[in-house]
Amino acid sequence: MADTTTGTANGAESAPGMPQLDFSTFPNQIFWLFITLVVLYLILSRVALPRIATVLTERQGAIQRDLDKAEEMKRAAVNAENVYNLALAEARAHAGNIVNEAKSEIQKDLDKAIAKADSEIASKAAESEKAIGEIRESAIKSVQEVANSTAADIVKAMMPGTSDAKTIKAAVAARMKG
Amino acid sequence: MAKEEAGNGFNIHPMDQFEIKSLFGDGPIHWYSFTNATLWMGLAILAVVLLLVVGTRKRAIIPTRMQSIAEMAYGFVYKMIEDVAGKEGLKFFPYIFTLFIFVLVSNFLGLLPMSFTTTSHIAVTACLAMGVFLTVTIYGFYKNGMKFLGLFWVSSAPLALRPILAIIELISYFVRPVSHSIRLAGNVMAGHAVIKVFAGFAGALGIWAALPIISITAVYGLEVLVAGIQAYVFTILTCVYLNDALHPSH
Repeated sequence: MADTTTGTANGAESAPGMPQLDFSTFPNQIFWLFITLVVLYLILSRVALPRIATVLTERQGAIQRDLDKAEEMKRAAVNAENVYNLALAEARAHAGNIVNEAKSEIQKDLDKAIAKADSEIASKAAESEKAIGEIRESAIKSVQEVANSTAADIVKAMMPGTSDAKTIKAAVAARMKG
Repeated sequence: MAKEEAGNGFNIHPMDQFEIKSLFGDGPIHWYSFTNATLWMGLAILAVVLLLVVGTRKRAIIPTRMQSIAEMAYGFVYKMIEDVAGKEGLKFFPYIFTLFIFVLVSNFLGLLPMSFTTTSHIAVTACLAMGVFLTVTIYGFYKNGMKFLGLFWVSSAPLALRPILAIIELISYFVRPVSHSIRLAGNVMAGHAVIKVFAGFAGALGIWAALPIISITAVYGLEVLVAGIQAYVFTILTCVYLNDALHPSH
């Protein structure tokens, strides 16, 4: 069957042989296979495979970059939170200071006001006391005068022309002291 | 096919589909003739270019479907070489990828109705297998020198057995290209022939043709599987042989 490769072969042979074993077609197949493989090899090794390789590494790089970026952003967020917390604590401390200052200032004013009020009260009290003392003194003097005049009148009435005013005064003063 | 005896019982010529025909002119087939084998090899190149070059032209970070398939094929072969033959095997990545994609695309193109399957021919698969065999053997000697012969000297076996094992190993080594090529061509050819036989039944059975047609559908599904698996088997065996060349000691 190796001698014929034309279409009449299958008519002549009742049990057709395998075209795979028709050696006359081998050079043709091998030649074209060789061409095909060389062409494929060149296309693949020059164009297709390097291109796919770059795409794959680029993708890997892009994923890595994105992951790195995400990591960085996360770090930035944590930093921002820390800064925020710090600022918050500072503000809180500051606010506490202001409150304390205000408190102490108010206390000072209060103290001053109290002291002033106290001194005013004290001076008023002293004045009043003095006034009371004067009143008392004048009252006592009035009482003495009244007592003197009354005593003189009584003495004059009981024994006229006997005693002088001086003795009566001394006697009244002695009595009032007792 | 078989037009001349139509309607007259069974006229099954399952092997006709494998015939090599000159597409221009009727003369004998020279080595340079443009045959159906030439056409389908050219279509295989076209399909590969469409998938791997046109499909990846955008170099998108988020791949299109075509680019996804191209990347998957790339990763599949790359990982296979790395796993089976190690990092050093990656030197042969373009070569092995060429074999893989050629066998895969040819197998699938052969499944189109009325097409011609280049990988069903022993001439083609034998050349592919011999290419692998020679590459691996020459590279084995180039890289390991005479130590490459340690591949045949099973040092873990008892000393008395080693010469016998060496002969067996040697024979099995030289049988490799034969099994490597016949496995691929045989699988592809058998499936296509079976489909053709069923198709012949369908032509003769009238109303009962439904049965062989269902069978054809089932066998066709199986053949789709075989087309992929045989391309995978061919490639992984290449990797295994390459691994022997890289690490010849048992």
